[in-house]
Amino acid sequence: MLRPRIIPCLLIQDGGLVKTVKFKDPKYVGDPINAVKIFNEKEADELIVIDIDATVQGVEPNYTQIAKLAAECRMPLCYGGGIRTAAQAKKIIQLGVEKVAISSAVLENPQLVAQIAEEIGSQSVVVVLDHKSRLLSKHQEVWTHNGTRNTKRSVLEVALELEKLGAGEIVLNSIENDGKMKGYDLDLAARLRAAVHIPITILGGGGSLEDMASVVKTCGVVGVAAGSFFVFKGAYRAVLISYPSAQQKDDIIYSALRAR
Amino acid sequence: MITIIDYGLGNIQAFVNVYRRLHIPVAVAQNAAQLDGATKLILPGVGAFDHAIERLDASGMRPTLDELVQKHKVPVLGICVGMQILACGSDEGVLPGLGWVPGRVRSFKSVPDLTDLPLPHMGWNDVVALNQNALFEGFEDEARFYFLHSFYFECEQQQHHAAMASYGLEFCCTVQADNVYGVQFHPEKSHHFGVGLLKNFAEL
Repeated sequence: MLRPRIIPCLLIQDGGLVKTVKFKDPKYVGDPINAVKIFNEKEADELIVIDIDATVQGVEPNYTQIAKLAAECRMPLCYGGGIRTAAQAKKIIQLGVEKVAISSAVLENPQLVAQIAEEIGSQSVVVVLDHKSRLLSKHQEVWTHNGTRNTKRSVLEVALELEKLGAGEIVLNSIENDGKMKGYDLDLAARLRAAVHIPITILGGGGSLEDMASVVKTCGVVGVAAGSFFVFKGAYRAVLISYPSAQQKDDIIYSALRAR
Repeated sequence: MITIIDYGLGNIQAFVNVYRRLHIPVAVAQNAAQLDGATKLILPGVGAFDHAIERLDASGMRPTLDELVQKHKVPVLGICVGMQILACGSDEGVLPGLGWVPGRVRSFKSVPDLTDLPLPHMGWNDVVALNQNALFEGFEDEARFYFLHSFYFECEQQQHHAAMASYGLEFCCTVQADNVYGVQFHPEKSHHFGVGLLKNFAEL
């Protein structure tokens, strides 16, 4: 049985690990390499690492840091942040990363998806769609540059276009749910699952294993990612990196799949 | 010594790291001369089938590899696209493969009734070993590995099936023909399951 993927999403700023709320107020939570080591020990399904400064500052991906992360990481790694060309994507894959995440650059130039897929294969091309509802409506629009620019395009329309161009996976990332730990946007997740024929991962709002189980119950075998849930503990958000045990995943997440 | 074939594709460092942690000596070969002394070979690979074959040709290592594997029967382990190029050809490309394991690589998309199956096949799936294959020695009933692919290996001969997985259909995820082994999944990124398999290969 193919299993839902439970994925910690780590944000990097100035070389350190941070966690945001609604894409703002980054709080320093530690050293990325140390976090990767802990997730190795916990046997996490996969990791997503996003450099949240690179695109906004218009700088090259930090290849030295990527190489260190890839060398340490004993699970599949998806890296995003600052990737604007197929050559950069290829370089990152050659450093030992399984998948590259792209966002702002492909919203400006969708053909870039096809170019990157040609270079590294569709299976390694992940498109991250940061989304937010249009004022006073449920309509979800795609934002770029770390949640500062509105493309005014609908999530599903963009997802379908980029799937056609060769994206291998879509990651939905809710700006409004980021850091809130109050549950995922299940409605949008279900609509995306029904619309595309590539793997999808849902990010933004995960505060418990039960929240993750409800995504699986709604969408079936998909990726379920979270940030805060894996780095904070308790109401006061004390920093403590954790990951569910195999037993917990079976009892709560996989059982939601079996019950579908 | 275990030698990892570095022809510009796949996560070379991940294999080096696994073997270093196991205290098993490991080397990386980027040209034919560096294949000297190889007693086991690992053939990684990601991306498209034709691209992998072109890169292997361009590396200049192919004649030496043919000799080591076919004449001297040095054990080789192909990983992901490195496994697929062991076949004679692929639906994905036009170039002939290495032909070390008789068979052809098929697209999941070409299978009737599977048109709704999300592709690539991405994530952790169960692997069921057949005939007590040596790569899976010491594994508990449940072996689980990370997959990331849209094509699968179809052996000409049933006897070359070494392990199966299920995604829309039962497909062969591990092949073995004599000294030639191949796995569709990524043992280098599959935690203790993958470490166990790579250790078993080292101890063959």
